Amino acid sequence: MAEKFIDITLKIWRQKDAKSAGKMVDYPMKKVSTDSSFLEMLDLLNEDLVNKGEEPVAFDHDCREGICGMCSLFINGEAHGPDRGVTTCQLHMRMFKNGETITIEPFRANAFPLIKDLVTDRGSFDRIIQKGGFVSVNTSGNTQDANALPIPKVDADNAFDAATCIGCGACVATCKNASAMLFVSAKVSQLALLPQGKVEATERVLNMVHQMDMEGFGNCTNTGACEVECPKGISLDNIARMNREYLKASIIAE
Amino acid sequence: MATLDSKIPEGPIKDKWTNHKNNINLVNPANKRLIDVIVVGTGLAGGAAAASLAEMGYNVKSFCYQDSPRRAHSIAAQGGINAAKNYQNDGDSTYRLFYDTVKGGDYRSREANVYRLAEVSANIIDQCVAQGVPFARDYGGLLDNRSFGGVLVSRTFYAKGQTGQQLLLGAYSALSRQIGKGKVKMYGRHEMLDVVIVDGKARGIIARNMVTGEIQSHSAHAVVVATGGYGNVFFLSTNAMGSNVTAAWKIHKKGAYFANPCYTQIHPTCIPRSGDHQSKLTLMSESLRNDGRIWVPKKMEDVLAIREGKLKPTQIKDEDRDYYLERRYPAFGNLVPRDVASRAAKERCDAGYGVNATGEAVYLDFKSAIFRYGTEKALVEGIENPSAAKIQELGKAVIEAKYGNLFQMYYKITDDNPYESPMMIYPAVHYTMGGIWVDYNLMTTIPGCYAAGEANFSDHGANRLGASALMQGLADGYFVLPYTIGDYLANEIRTGEISTDLPEFKAAKKEVEDRIAKMMNIKGTKSVDYFHKRLGKVMWDKVGMARNVQGLTEAMAEIRAIRDEFWSDLRIPGTADSLNPELEKAGRVADFLELGELFAKDALERRESCGGHFREDSVEVGGEQEGEALRDDVNFKHVSAWEWTGDPATSILHKEDLKFDNIELKQRSYK
Ligand SMILES: Cc1cc2nc3c(=O)[nH]c(=O)nc-3n(C[C@H](O)[C@H](O)[C@H](O)COP(=O)(O)OP(=O)(O)OC[C@H]3O[C@@H](n4cnc5c(N)ncnc54)[C@H](O)[C@@H]3O)c2cc1C
Ligand code: SF4
Ligand code: FES
Repeated sequence: MAEKFIDITLKIWRQKDAKSAGKMVDYPMKKVSTDSSFLEMLDLLNEDLVNKGEEPVAFDHDCREGICGMCSLFINGEAHGPDRGVTTCQLHMRMFKNGETITIEPFRANAFPLIKDLVTDRGSFDRIIQKGGFVSVNTSGNTQDANALPIPKVDADNAFDAATCIGCGACVATCKNASAMLFVSAKVSQLALLPQGKVEATERVLNMVHQMDMEGFGNCTNTGACEVECPKGISLDNIARMNREYLKASIIAE
Repeated sequence: MATLDSKIPEGPIKDKWTNHKNNINLVNPANKRLIDVIVVGTGLAGGAAAASLAEMGYNVKSFCYQDSPRRAHSIAAQGGINAAKNYQNDGDSTYRLFYDTVKGGDYRSREANVYRLAEVSANIIDQCVAQGVPFARDYGGLLDNRSFGGVLVSRTFYAKGQTGQQLLLGAYSALSRQIGKGKVKMYGRHEMLDVVIVDGKARGIIARNMVTGEIQSHSAHAVVVATGGYGNVFFLSTNAMGSNVTAAWKIHKKGAYFANPCYTQIHPTCIPRSGDHQSKLTLMSESLRNDGRIWVPKKMEDVLAIREGKLKPTQIKDEDRDYYLERRYPAFGNLVPRDVASRAAKERCDAGYGVNATGEAVYLDFKSAIFRYGTEKALVEGIENPSAAKIQELGKAVIEAKYGNLFQMYYKITDDNPYESPMMIYPAVHYTMGGIWVDYNLMTTIPGCYAAGEANFSDHGANRLGASALMQGLADGYFVLPYTIGDYLANEIRTGEISTDLPEFKAAKKEVEDRIAKMMNIKGTKSVDYFHKRLGKVMWDKVGMARNVQGLTEAMAEIRAIRDEFWSDLRIPGTADSLNPELEKAGRVADFLELGELFAKDALERRESCGGHFREDSVEVGGEQEGEALRDDVNFKHVSAWEWTGDPATSILHKEDLKFDNIELKQRSYK
């Protein structure tokens, strides 16, 4: 692909800290290479701002290859921007047109309090996992041989697909109810599909859902927006599976 | 001066670890409650260690710079993890994994450590499966394996191209379980900025809360540093943006020797850089070399036509392609170890055969594999006389099942479809074999301070084999450190809680605060990245894939000059008492600017070629191996462990001689 250059205007959410009020600020950018990634474009902006002695825009990122789940920008009204099946760091400027205005906001949700500019606190996700997103096995290494228990390939593959969730929170940011169902159901499904995880399935789903409610995530009304924006293609089937698990568990619990 | 006692247990290599475990001191469970351990880093090594130590009963404080422990850079590992399970019945064994790792490391690692690694490797797989890690399976429901660069058996376990993610999420789940139980206190968005030494022992750390800027003191009876590798000293690498040497460097400056800093792995299959905006490089897993063939055109006119966009690689006939790895190394072909593959790519590109605009790219081609798999599949499915299109379709499906996410990743970055046209790849900095010197117990030269995972130097010698870093991280974290640390902690049960009011804590805290204030107050004109990029260029050009005396000498002087400029002309906007990414980067780059010089010095001192360290003045002359790397076992069969003196240029070299009682030293040959 031939490299091209475009001029764009950025409208970025700036907010000093959790307590201060925030606002959108305009930043015109000239000659942005279409081969650069979205975050590389922001690097350029920040380099400019530093050179002018202004505070650069704070945003979360680390691996820059779509796997750590740290990057989290709401671009032109979409979590992770206009492309499909990508995280913000995998989004490239070739998705944008010359002269375009691009709005950039944080992933907003009550359960993701804002820290600064585009950076939010997604610790609520970790706390949900701490309530049951694991198999209770010690790390002695003295478990049974890994091949002692064959697992049907379909189950293993489905568990893997659910396990690819990167915990980015796009599903929450994109949901009008700010529900965390896709994220929670991915973990519940992965473990429910595997014999190792089945043992604690009942307790797990009850505890994780309880924590999800405590954190202030909204209810799921099946709009399906989460699946569309999820960079890892986590399927709504997981939500259906979790609902079944939850129902089963609630009956047992009563 | 600390002496280098590797504490390798006596006895035959097969029994060392078992005997050692039987002989080391244990801490009684009731006493473990009285002992605090700090683990810095939540990657495979740190995450696994924190979870295991907590399970054993210690009070653990765990730190990472990301918002969540699940985001440590181990998450990005793609290809797989080795284990000597011999499920494929192809003759694998503990000994063979040990042998391959020592040979792959070009005979610059410690036999006893590597043997232990091979020994515990099988447990890792059992452990991970028990935790619900969804490894790839075959249709019989059993675990699948692939073979990985540089070895002749299939011992690599994988989860598509996301093995690191699945393993790390396994360790993260074990860690989360302990956090939930209150046995681990987790500090996300906290950066370790110093270690605190009291009476010669590591007694805690100083950390910065990256959200509030608060400088905190944390005490413990032992400190574990599992903070990953330092490849970002090159600016561009496959590491995460935040990967750094800071924690390792701080303990180095407080007495931990730094071993073999110049041993760096330059990975042969990364996406080539596309322009000046580039912020990092992306790996295309080495597993692709199992099915992809690497080539450049034979004819210069074809190279030029390709660069001008007049010719497509698919139009070049097979006989006009130079499959240079298959040509030069018929025995291993495309599966030669990474260092060999990287240098061969550089050799072709230096000779002018690079296939992109920058002249730094070679092809990785799946055409043959798609054809081979497609034909096989047609046969299995009983399709008679399949059309070429059908074979293509079936073959592509097989390739997609194996590498789908990698192909998609490539497509998203380059906008080129690798199912149709070969990938372009070029070597990039990927992994650092060097790191903090540790003994057999993983203790550094500071008593009570340990290093695990990529942060230590321990197991990979001068070159790491594919799929063995994940193995080492989990081995260190789950199965080695939790036991060996008990030997030290058994003497700490009467120490009681350590007060952070001790003068040593106050002094260390003040030192950290002063340094931050100093950086903030330079108020110069240049950004952190400006200096980091300059450092990276010197490192890549003069301390990269091929090194010589002149380049290394110049590099040392240039890095020193950049460092001086950094400390007089750096500009950090914002304040130190809030979230300030520029300040975070500045602290890391300041440390890279010191490490870089020591790195070049180490490379200068090691006047041999070994593994990833290639000295142009140490090559084979004449014969079949003409021009290949030449090791010098008479003069350099040692670990170079550097002691800090206050200035990288005057660091003092200590040598740990390596003994090979079980493996015969040979020049590597992959011909
Ligand atoms: C793209 C890529 C692909 C790879 N593929 C493979 C593969 O297929 N097979 C294989 O075996 N190996 C692979 N590797 C190598 C392997 O992934 C790493 O060597 C290994 O995961 C390192 O684990 P670790 O626990 O030592 O460190 P990391 O996972 O890097 O973790 C470092 C931790 O330290 C923390 N930290 C760092 N500095 C500080 C500080 N100052 N204060 C507080 N916390 C800090 C970080 O927050 C993080 O939690 C790959 C590496 C890369 C980059
Ligand atoms: S389900 Fe998808 S969108 Fe939600 S956290 Fe996981 S990867 Fe992100
Ligand atoms: S920065 Fe890691 S997923 Fe985007």
